[in-house]
Amino acid sequence: MARARSTPRLVPAVVAVALAATACGSTDTPTGSNADAGITIFNTEPENPLVPGNTTEVGGSRVLDPLFTGLVEYRARDAQPVNAMAESIDTTDSKTFTVKIKKDWLFHDGSPVTAKSFVDAWNWTAYGPNGTQGASFFSQIEGYDAVHPKDPDGPDKPQAPPAPTAETMSGLAIVDDHTFTITLSEPFAVFPVTIGYEVFAPLPEVFFKDRAAFEGHPIGNGPFKFVSRTVGTDIKLTRNDDYKGDDKPKFKDLTLKVYQSRESAYADLVANNLDFMEELPPNALAGRQYETDLGDRVVQRETLNNQTIAFPFYLPPYDNVDLRRAISMAINREEITERIFEGTRKPADGWVHPLMKGYRPGQCGEYCTFDPDKAKAALAKSGYTGEIVLLSNTDGGHQEWAEAVVNSIKNTLGVQARFVPSTSFGEFRQKVNAHEMTGMYRAGWVADYPSIENWLTPLFRTGASSNDGLYSNPAFDAKLAEADKATSEDEAIELYLEAERIMAPDLPSIPLWTQNTIAGRSDRLKVANLDPFRTLDLFSVEVA
Amino acid sequence: MGRYVLRRLLQMVPVFVGTTFLIYVLVWAVPGDPFEGKCGERDCPASYITMMRERFNLDDPLLLQYWKYLVNLLQGDFGVTSSGVQVVDRIAATFPVTLRLALVALLVEAVIGITAGVVSGLRDRGFLDSLVLVSTLFLISIPVFVTGYAVQLVFGLQLGWIAPTVTTPTFGNLIVPGFVLASLSMAYVARLSRASIAENRRADYVRTALAKGLPTRRIVGVHLLRNSLIPVITFLGTDLGAFLGGAIVTEGIFNVPGVGGLVFRSILTKDGAMVTGVVTVLVLVYLLMTLLVDLLYAVLDPRIRYD
Repeated sequence: MARARSTPRLVPAVVAVALAATACGSTDTPTGSNADAGITIFNTEPENPLVPGNTTEVGGSRVLDPLFTGLVEYRARDAQPVNAMAESIDTTDSKTFTVKIKKDWLFHDGSPVTAKSFVDAWNWTAYGPNGTQGASFFSQIEGYDAVHPKDPDGPDKPQAPPAPTAETMSGLAIVDDHTFTITLSEPFAVFPVTIGYEVFAPLPEVFFKDRAAFEGHPIGNGPFKFVSRTVGTDIKLTRNDDYKGDDKPKFKDLTLKVYQSRESAYADLVANNLDFMEELPPNALAGRQYETDLGDRVVQRETLNNQTIAFPFYLPPYDNVDLRRAISMAINREEITERIFEGTRKPADGWVHPLMKGYRPGQCGEYCTFDPDKAKAALAKSGYTGEIVLLSNTDGGHQEWAEAVVNSIKNTLGVQARFVPSTSFGEFRQKVNAHEMTGMYRAGWVADYPSIENWLTPLFRTGASSNDGLYSNPAFDAKLAEADKATSEDEAIELYLEAERIMAPDLPSIPLWTQNTIAGRSDRLKVANLDPFRTLDLFSVEVA
Repeated sequence: MGRYVLRRLLQMVPVFVGTTFLIYVLVWAVPGDPFEGKCGERDCPASYITMMRERFNLDDPLLLQYWKYLVNLLQGDFGVTSSGVQVVDRIAATFPVTLRLALVALLVEAVIGITAGVVSGLRDRGFLDSLVLVSTLFLISIPVFVTGYAVQLVFGLQLGWIAPTVTTPTFGNLIVPGFVLASLSMAYVARLSRASIAENRRADYVRTALAKGLPTRRIVGVHLLRNSLIPVITFLGTDLGAFLGGAIVTEGIFNVPGVGGLVFRSILTKDGAMVTGVVTVLVLVYLLMTLLVDLLYAVLDPRIRYD
């Protein structure tokens, strides 16, 4: 997303004014549903080689997702994991999982998909010296430390990481051609939910023989086959007619076109030259311009991401729980979402996203409800009278709401509050990671996998990978550990909810709102839906 | 002449080394993690960063890093981006596109600009002169991105005469972006040639030519124009260099897959190998363009000698 943020600031205003007068362009469209049609969708240039285990950024994911089908896939309707290549995933202790995969599935080159395709792919991705982006996704599997030893002084320092003592993870074992077992180092009840991400995709044997050739022409097992790529221009895929999955695409050719800027892609979308684009550029969002331009071609849905304000627990006074409560209760979420976002965001009432299975409303309770009197009382109790500082990068359109939040705090509490912008996301993240924040700061979370657990553990467990504010609560950690060991999903969900309630009074971060993603489609597409992960649900597409 | 060219070419060596060094240092010295964003919205795993740092020699002292880069460069190896794409392939794919765009723009700028300049320069304070002055003032005062978006909006989206973006960058498809890119410089060229013509119109050699009874067409076309074009040629030459590297805005608006967009995106994604490679080529082009312009002076004005 970094790429869209740097358009000259004046552009949106100019175009917004000019576009206001625009009638939608029209092109001739053939009538009747067309199963052999081709569509063109927006993409950004993939930033990594096209290997599932080595691509976690969006430009590459949009290409690899249709090419590969994993053990489970997430249903576009409600983000629930459903078995795709897996026949069954069974466990009795949430530590050892027996995976049976469906028979007769083939890779695009005709070779069969077997248990070995998965195990080899996972071992390759996890192997430290391969330096893949997806390696850390396998860290829960037993034997990960042996194939991927920690760098003792961090990646930027001279000391090289120790050589791995094994080439394969001891936690993966092939039983027969269509069965393998996964043993985790610790019980983790939601593990089967996490493996829908394409990092867990199987790889054909040709990959291990000739990696360079594979990167130039990826071979997967998914609903689409790779056709060709012109770097910097487009990538062409076509329907895999031998696809064994339950859903079949209702169109034939898929072109992922690389655009120089989101604005130019949007112009093509308005003119019906581009069939689908998610996340419209700022000039289209300003003043809801997209409604004028696209009319009924707007596609909108709630997606799995939220916006929060995180606290640096290493910096007084933000370690003061009463101050955190005062700030949270002083923010008028309703008004800000209405005024600034015109209803495209929904005020949050907890840390878990409402689309998650097991979500319970009001987990944050009174602490996330605007209440000036209680906020003032909490502030008095905290004894803090100094200035409150909110930090955020401004290259993602965050300035407007950040200022509104600061004003809301200032007006409600009657203290000094200041918004300190930072120009680039990269620089901002670097300071967050180095624990050098000088105030509370903007944070957002996009779900890695659709589980209630993903909204709690990585962010708030002591020492967790994205616990940048260094929050720590032993009771909360213990409850999470208990939930991880649960033997059924329902039990796990109950325990995670309890953990959320334990954490709520501490307010380790302030939930602000959850987000809608706004996309647009061309006249040619009769149906085109977004999935909860902010991308086009290809199976939903019907061409007129 | 030959010695002059040789001397100029030799002078390019330190300029080339100096600029590439500066670019190299600046690209990798941009604040922020060079691998941020490569892994989507999460931080890259340590092993990935270790491998990338090794691939781009980031653990070496800066001078050594640059030396390694320069040695590879002199052997024609521009390096590989983090996505495993050869930098030289991308340069080979994008340069012809931008060159085509630049040539279209240059042609527009030269033909329209010089014609307007000559016409208005020859008619003092007439209607045409005022028209050229006002319209160029208008063009100069509008930034290119406004012209670009306005053209795209009016002709592409409202009237539907052109496709709003360029799908395949052929000369024909690049005419509209070329006009947009040239609009600003065209105005400058018109004003430059106007001033130059108006000044030289009263020069002695023109009066002599008139006295000899030469036809006006010949006086203007050969004597006057040739002498008046020196500042214009300087401008056009450097402008071609600027077009090649600076068409970012136009390329972005019309989705032309050229050099400008490539550099811009590479800077944003901190793809150091790509930025340094492309800008190095741009530096070379610019140096050669200035040399070419200097040599053209001698052709236009016989009084200029280089030995």
